[in-house]
Amino acid sequence: MMSSEYNKRLDRRGFDETRLIEAKAGVIKKADGSAMFRIGKTTAYAAVYGPRELHPKHLQNPKTGILRCNYNMMPFSAEERVRPGPSRRSKEISMVTEKALLPVVNLEDYPNAVVDVFIELTETDAGSRCAGICAASIALADAGITMKDMVSAVSVGVINHQIVVDLDGEEEHLTNLDVADIPIAMVPSTEEITLLQMDGKASKEELLKAIEIVKPVLRRITETQRKALKEKYKGQGGL
Amino acid sequence: MNEDLKAHINYALKKGIRLDGRKKEEYRSIEIRTGVVATAEGSASVKCGDTEVIAGIKLNTGEPYPDSPDEGVMMVSSELLPLSNPEFERGPPGIEAIEVARVIDRGIREGKAIDTKKLCIKKGELVWMVMIDVLPLNHDGNLIDIGGIATLAALRDTNMLEVKDDKVVFGRRTKEKLPLTNMPIPVTIIKIGDNLIVDPTDSEEGVLDARLTVSVLEDGTLCALQKGGDASLSIKDINNMIDLAIKKSQELRKKLNEALKDD
Repeated sequence: MMSSEYNKRLDRRGFDETRLIEAKAGVIKKADGSAMFRIGKTTAYAAVYGPRELHPKHLQNPKTGILRCNYNMMPFSAEERVRPGPSRRSKEISMVTEKALLPVVNLEDYPNAVVDVFIELTETDAGSRCAGICAASIALADAGITMKDMVSAVSVGVINHQIVVDLDGEEEHLTNLDVADIPIAMVPSTEEITLLQMDGKASKEELLKAIEIVKPVLRRITETQRKALKEKYKGQGGL
Repeated sequence: MNEDLKAHINYALKKGIRLDGRKKEEYRSIEIRTGVVATAEGSASVKCGDTEVIAGIKLNTGEPYPDSPDEGVMMVSSELLPLSNPEFERGPPGIEAIEVARVIDRGIREGKAIDTKKLCIKKGELVWMVMIDVLPLNHDGNLIDIGGIATLAALRDTNMLEVKDDKVVFGRRTKEKLPLTNMPIPVTIIKIGDNLIVDPTDSEEGVLDARLTVSVLEDGTLCALQKGGDASLSIKDINNMIDLAIKKSQELRKKLNEALKDD
């Protein structure tokens, strides 16, 4: 690996260190399951409604239920006000979020039904789709949806050949250096990758190295997600 | 189902009891926090019982309206997020969300909460635009009052942005606060049968006959009204509702001032 000009992070974090993470389950009373997941100054709320009857009826499948994810940024969640309503970006993120979660959700347990996941970002400073996936995963478990495992996600960056975990907004917008942003979601028990995107340049070796580096980080995130669930059900038996 | 719930709520109200054990004129416990959104110029979260609302303020510069060339512009928007209640669906704001936004807007605007004259940068050319978004995280009733209080708290939390060559520098907050004058408090009174109640839950709102939102200034002057619901109101009803709204506005104002003092 080449040596990098980016040898110290702007906020002095270690290269494999995430920003401060906070997770809480059961934050939205009206929902069947819910969670808040914060990483640095990026905060995602997720609410799960369902399994419930799917409308219109012709979309119903007697063999399986469907998962429907909706990612949305609140108007005040970015530096410039975000116009309310779906955008091309939010639609794409909704789709990849759905695909990131699908492999762990046992939808065949819910024929004809829909499981709705609504993700709202109250504030963002990069890494919002990954925060959304982490929140959604906790919320699905909180709703009692049968799952094979948790899904954990974080973005990993390559800045001038240096691999950097959990880019923040400042790093993402570095203009004098080459920045690749790679959001990754993984099923921790099987190491299956369920979300993989990349914006920017990296070699194949750098990408594979980034995935290796991010594995233990994702395991730590899974632990935080599990802890949030345990915290909610503490003293209620089980778990 | 709704008829049964209505009969049940009515029966209990006749005995002076509400489903959650509150008195008719009692608000749920309120928790107000400001500065909850790092990306907003001002923000607040208000929890009232299970209802939780976030209000966020974004600033920008723009052209003034031709009929008020020396005044800043304000706008309130709201969406009933499907995240906050199983009844809500995706899609552009429906009439309910529009009403919430417009009633909050009317109170703030007519009560002159924001000193818009101080938001003029170049007369007729450039003024500040204050964009207020009020969003429920969990909707268990009374969005107008709780959203209205969240808006006031968020406005108080707002710092102006730096301006360079007539353009806003996003993310560069100054020490200067958004100029405010009054704090108009919205209070909604619900009529179910012959009973008047405040701070309804989602299920109480589902069976209401009529409602009246009254925005009240510190000296008791009213600055905005909105009647809702299908049933009519007698003059006597309106009299009682306004009296109750003024009384409750004093309690809410005290709570708001206490919360803002801490910051």
